[in-house]
Amino acid sequence: MEKGKLQEYWKINLSYLVGLLTVWFVVSYGFGILLVDQLNTIHVGGFKLGFWFAQQGSIYTFVVLIFVYVALMNRLDKKFDVRED
Amino acid sequence: MDVQMWTYIIVGITFLIYIAIAVWAKAGSTKEFYVAGGGVPPVLNGMATAADWMSAASFISMAGLISFMGYDGSVYLMGWTGGYVLLALLLAPYLRKFGKFTVPDFVGDRYYSNAARTVAIISAIFVSFTYVAGQMRGVGVVFSRFLEVDINTGIFIGMAIVFFYAVLGGMKGITYTQVAQFCVLIFAYMVPAIFLSMMIAGTPIPQLGFGGAGADGVHLLDKLDGLHRELGFSAYTDGSKPMIDVFAITFALMVGTAGLPHVIVRFFTVPKVRDARISAGWALIFISLLYTTAPAIATFARINLIDTVSNTSYSKLAEDPKTQWFQKWEKTGLLAWMDKNNDGAIQYLGKNANGGDPFEGKPTFTGQTGQSGEMLLSNAPTDNQNELYIDRDIMVLANPEIGKLPNWVIALVAAGGLAAALSTAAGLLLVISTSVAHDLIKKQLNPNISEKSELLFARIAVAIAIVIAGYFGINPPGFVAQVVAFAFGLAAASFFPIIILGIFSKRMNKEGAIAGMLSGLIFTAAYIVYFKFMHPELNNPEHWLMGISPEGIGTIGLVVNLVVSMVVSRVTPEPPQEIQDLVDSLRYPKGAGEASSH
Repeated sequence: MEKGKLQEYWKINLSYLVGLLTVWFVVSYGFGILLVDQLNTIHVGGFKLGFWFAQQGSIYTFVVLIFVYVALMNRLDKKFDVRED
Repeated sequence: MDVQMWTYIIVGITFLIYIAIAVWAKAGSTKEFYVAGGGVPPVLNGMATAADWMSAASFISMAGLISFMGYDGSVYLMGWTGGYVLLALLLAPYLRKFGKFTVPDFVGDRYYSNAARTVAIISAIFVSFTYVAGQMRGVGVVFSRFLEVDINTGIFIGMAIVFFYAVLGGMKGITYTQVAQFCVLIFAYMVPAIFLSMMIAGTPIPQLGFGGAGADGVHLLDKLDGLHRELGFSAYTDGSKPMIDVFAITFALMVGTAGLPHVIVRFFTVPKVRDARISAGWALIFISLLYTTAPAIATFARINLIDTVSNTSYSKLAEDPKTQWFQKWEKTGLLAWMDKNNDGAIQYLGKNANGGDPFEGKPTFTGQTGQSGEMLLSNAPTDNQNELYIDRDIMVLANPEIGKLPNWVIALVAAGGLAAALSTAAGLLLVISTSVAHDLIKKQLNPNISEKSELLFARIAVAIAIVIAGYFGINPPGFVAQVVAFAFGLAAASFFPIIILGIFSKRMNKEGAIAGMLSGLIFTAAYIVYFKFMHPELNNPEHWLMGISPEGIGTIGLVVNLVVSMVVSRVTPEPPQEIQDLVDSLRYPKGAGEASSH
């Protein structure tokens, strides 16, 4: 694969990573830890929101993040024709 | 049919399945032995990874741990799941493209250095042994508790089973056995949880149930916070650890997970790079089933426990068939009650209400019974007012009885605990044998070794590793609990940063990697040894660096590693052109061959 195209592919990959890892950080370290006291003033059903993110929400988000990444990369691989057969 | 009979039948059937799979999946080549031939479909690989990852501790202890820690227990929930995001996004696809067998392979090739490879081999073996000793112990505990055989006999049976399918089948046998083990363990975990959720919250979905309301219409978590305040524990949903420590422990566990060799090697077993990405996703789905159920069980069990025992008279508990589990588990030493004020009722109190440990050490019974019929203890009482001793493991093990579930469910929990312990043990043993046979003998000592003899060495190495692990299971070193912090801290401070840098920084060279790995390792190990072994009396927030406990120090170790390796690599020559080309080729999927040994 030619150098320029590879660099472009890599740059797009990195931008996906930055975006997804930001979400990863925000739901766990942000909502679940750093902002937990503020979010705990909000109640959703029987859960305090901060507590819910720490014990449930962050985990669901992690699963979604991986599948979003898989979908994004499969599309990118096709576009740049670097997909394995 | 009684519990004993059911347990023999269910455990017997599961063991037959594992052995049948081992015979069917016999490994014929080193490639099959190390990476299951590289042909495992992603969904199955996800299941196997999940079984590999979820150990006896996840299955038996975690819900209980959270039950006692409340919000603070979130460090385990987030820490042991969030690492899979890092794996899927930052490690798995690139390591699969690299296409070798092991983590030391990657470290040695990417950093064109046998010294780096050696450090990686030693770390991999150390981390794996730390872990496997605990698994064999778990096997023994489950056997002795449910089948009423001697704990050592239990370990021997466990060793024999693992020996059979790990030595015979290698990674191929282990992977397909783990798929079966995952099914057993998740079924065994969910069934009691669903029953318990129906009983306490009136919904079959535990994840929703613990945010719901009990029969009295009060939200369970609010009720639990109230009970905790009343009895002098810190509020269940608030926790008591300092925020920075919660942050550091969570991070160290996440990064440690992503750096553990027995987890990483899983992604070498799939056919394609895109399979590596998605199999991390499948693995996390399967793991999340258990990890999102655990906090629900923790809440149900905690409410149930406090409701049942707090200020209740012991003789009343003993009369009611619904609460007789208390006496049954008293016999195992996981529960004990010392009637300090002679009022016949159980006082269960936390630190804020003059509570704490009820007596010194673990319960030792005198064999006599007291006024209320309780088993008397010979332990020296402490001077606070708490009278109840509870081992956290009871939260999962006694659940089926607390929920009055049929006998076969109790037997199922035994089979589940065994599946969790055996699957993790097997995965770790394979890493040890690969490190010895492939990384050490083939790559360092005798590169001309034939495939046949390498395979023989790998099998011998598994056999020896099983014997050593079994020895540690029978004679557990007192420091097993302490060294778990080691395993994660060291993985976080050593493997993770240099693998990431190896992929994402072309400029990273061997000088930087070795300096970084050593400084991260030494810093983390020194901190843990200082607080856990040399000065355990100083092990409290006042003396910790920035308020970070030894459990979380891997986070700082990682930062040290990153900084040192970046600085050193900038002042030393850049890596040779062929290494930079190698890094380029890791970054896109096309052309990934099958995993190969050279």
